[in-house]
Amino acid sequence: MWLLNSSIGKKLIMSVSGLFLVLFLLFHLSMNVAAAFSGEAYNMICSLLGANWYAVAATLVLAAGVVIHFLYAVILTLQNRKARGNDRYAINARPKGVEWASQNMLVLGIIIILFMVLHFSQFWYKMMFAELMGNHMVTLCDGTTTVSPQDGAAFINYYFQGNILNTVLYLVWYAALWFHLTHGFWSAIQTIGWNNTIWMNRWICISKIVATVICAVFAIITIVFYLNGVGGGLVACPGL
Amino acid sequence: MDKDINITLKVWRQKGPKEKGQFETYQLQNINQGTSFLEMLDILNEQLINEGKEPVVFDHDCREGICGMCSLYVNGHPHGPATGATTCQLYMRRFHDGETITIEPWRSAGFPVIRDLMVDRYAYDKIIQAGGFVSVNTGGVPDANATAIPKADADLAMDAAACIGCGACAAACKNGSAMLFVSAKVSQLALLPQGKIEAARRAKAMVAKMDELGFGNCTNTRACEMECPKNISVSNIARLNREFISAKLKD
Repeated sequence: MWLLNSSIGKKLIMSVSGLFLVLFLLFHLSMNVAAAFSGEAYNMICSLLGANWYAVAATLVLAAGVVIHFLYAVILTLQNRKARGNDRYAINARPKGVEWASQNMLVLGIIIILFMVLHFSQFWYKMMFAELMGNHMVTLCDGTTTVSPQDGAAFINYYFQGNILNTVLYLVWYAALWFHLTHGFWSAIQTIGWNNTIWMNRWICISKIVATVICAVFAIITIVFYLNGVGGGLVACPGL
Repeated sequence: MDKDINITLKVWRQKGPKEKGQFETYQLQNINQGTSFLEMLDILNEQLINEGKEPVVFDHDCREGICGMCSLYVNGHPHGPATGATTCQLYMRRFHDGETITIEPWRSAGFPVIRDLMVDRYAYDKIIQAGGFVSVNTGGVPDANATAIPKADADLAMDAAACIGCGACAAACKNGSAMLFVSAKVSQLALLPQGKIEAARRAKAMVAKMDELGFGNCTNTRACEMECPKNISVSNIARLNREFISAKLKD
């Protein structure tokens, strides 16, 4: 099967899975925008998704996307190191016109995945996973207060409102994501073959715009959560 | 005005493909900056021979930038610090008095070192043999205007055909990928009507050979394009991806 055996086929898998993950980022972003304006609207989305079969199915597809993207990144990197040979250059100069991100995609990807572990432990594990385990209330805040796993607004307020450490960690995450996307997006298009001398600079520009819009909006919303919590003045931990 | 300069050379010495190599340091006095880089190495070798030592082995042939034989990795750049030029087109005026110049061979699993700075680039010939040609019955000479070709396509094909197969792309690539070379050789034919007939077979055969020979996977860092002595564009790589994917989808 050429998709699995040839170098271009394997790159195509990276490309398509990467573009799929970009689409997911846009989807996730739109939900966060809702939360910035209204906690109630966000909770509506949370209950719409919850642990319903379609949300679980989509999560599985998404997880497969991440796993495939990561797995092929590792496979390709190992092959590429082997292709480089055993003797390394004594002097390595990054040529003018080569983006730093393009030569450090695996490292950036690993940083992004490590933050995903943090993010999942804070949200997904206590929301969809808790519900799948049959828990209809989860403890939050001081350990005695319980909230519904579908009360996403409460989670956001608890983790971000006034929590500078978490906010900064998430901002670092977006920075790594920005670098990853500035190269990743146009590189994916190039791998599919939708490129030529005229579109090269256009795609690189579009790539920067896509990365900046995604990361900047995520960052602004995170800062809004830090300062004010979700829109509409819902309180995460009454009495704390 | 060109001056005479004194330089220190750090040269990779390796007895054979399986031997372990190391850097040797040499001093050269009063090298005129008008000297070409390869002439400077000739002077070094003369000095070494007079001292009764083994001269440094390096590849070179036409010394006018078209044969693709010279292949030195100078101070972290394939073909040295000049852009759009081969090693033989590099002159000592690019270097200053007292400078240490590090010279390494191409380092890529696809290009094993033969000796010192000379590497075996037969892999590129094998890729060409796999499909970098057109099969035609050559009869009488056809009229030059018998097959009309759009100017834009002719220009792109000519730009791709400027590739001299020196191997700088694979040497510059952190992934040891030969995609720029293969894409140029696929593009120069795929763009022309004479090459379109075998385009699908050619793309598949050349990529298969490239993979088989152990070259790496392209990650679009563009280091190849930036270091290419013939300024081959990575848009050729997009064309190769297109040719290859559509050829495979048609199967």
